[in-house]
Amino acid sequence: MRLLSKKDSGLILDPLADNNPITIQVLGICSALAITAELKASIVMAVSVMFVLAMGNVVISLMRNIIPSKIRIIVQLVVVAALVIIVDQVLKAFAYELSKTLSVFVGLIITNCIIMGRFEAFALANGPWRSFLDGIGNAAGYGLILIIIGFFRELLGSGTLLGFKVLGDPITKTGLYAIGYENNGFMLLSPMALIVVGIIIWVQRSRNPALVEEN
Amino acid sequence: MLEHVELFFKSIFIDNMVFATFLGMCSYLAVSKKVTTAVGLGAAVIFVLAVTVPLNWLLDQYILRDGALAWLGPEYADYDLSFLSFILFIATIATMVQLVEIVVEKFSPSLYNSLGIFLPLIAVNCAILGGSLFMQSRDIQTLGLAFNYGLSSGIGWFLAILAIAAIREKIRYSNVPAPLRGLGITFIITGLMAIGFMSFGGMLTGGDDAAPEVATETAVKEEKKINKEISEKEVSYNEVLNK
Repeated sequence: MRLLSKKDSGLILDPLADNNPITIQVLGICSALAITAELKASIVMAVSVMFVLAMGNVVISLMRNIIPSKIRIIVQLVVVAALVIIVDQVLKAFAYELSKTLSVFVGLIITNCIIMGRFEAFALANGPWRSFLDGIGNAAGYGLILIIIGFFRELLGSGTLLGFKVLGDPITKTGLYAIGYENNGFMLLSPMALIVVGIIIWVQRSRNPALVEEN
Repeated sequence: MLEHVELFFKSIFIDNMVFATFLGMCSYLAVSKKVTTAVGLGAAVIFVLAVTVPLNWLLDQYILRDGALAWLGPEYADYDLSFLSFILFIATIATMVQLVEIVVEKFSPSLYNSLGIFLPLIAVNCAILGGSLFMQSRDIQTLGLAFNYGLSSGIGWFLAILAIAAIREKIRYSNVPAPLRGLGITFIITGLMAIGFMSFGGMLTGGDDAAPEVATETAVKEEKKINKEISEKEVSYNEVLNK
């Protein structure tokens, strides 16, 4: 017996590539760009969004039959805000420095459009288990892009990964720096995040021409 | 007066919501295909920001921040409700957006139809909540400055979406590589515009000559702040350990 049926595993696998929340559905861009100068911050953000999205999807899906459709946006916002407060307080308690780096962007998980988008499109019409899988899948697709951006920006911008000097030491000139390599500080500035996303989209769509837009 | 002028230009050009902090990108990318819809959404964002930031400033000042409840009586002076700020801010915003939706539907049905799903989505536009959260974290001092901050950030967002919409209308006639069409090229153009906006950074510092001085001043301030925070943390840490 398989752990997940074919339909259920599609819920997790589709958002990773062909229906990626960031590059195809264009949701949740703000945080993808703002906090990706370091790989560590990207990973923490991806995990936080996964927690909020999966839990929120389950909660909304359990309440879907009793939420009046006129006030559903406010109900959804309250659920998300409560979950984000949990994440924020946990980060402040156990990773204070990191919560300083993420600053207001933890709070902005509330307005991350992926979350509202999945509530509207999926959790309001499906049961808790499938909503949970959908949340995990979409958050994983989001996290994947975040980690790719964070990887390239940290590697090319400061020559480190998760704080380890993988390209050698720029001050004592070891490793790559010995043959004249320089860090590209421009990668750490905000405009480069946009251009890196543009390049990811370029690569993805040239591999899969079905995704190309008209204009 | 001078601080109002400074904040006004700073929020529009230097700390532009789209190009410096990437707020409100989702609707920025999705609604910028035509100039007319972009203008409608931009105006709605200016309005909502100019109303919600001062409202949330009042909430922050008199309910949320550490010791804000002192006006209720001395026994309430120790309360710090700032962990509740997300939920209160978003409730204010959702209410205001609902109001705007009703007004727009009544007075301009064509704009209402062209904005479609994006009007309710203003409630989840990060620019709006981001405005309030930055207002809180940057410690804006008076109600007037909070209004100014909301209004000018909204104008900055409006300018950004107007510019990108105009460029996207023209780029239809260019020969863009197929995989980059649409979203990809929009990202790259926004990146280039952001690089352009970075040059406004010298506007308030008076160019190259004055820049280092101001930079070190803020750096010193930051360092003092961080040191203070660290020492405070250590004190509370030691207290816990001693217990």
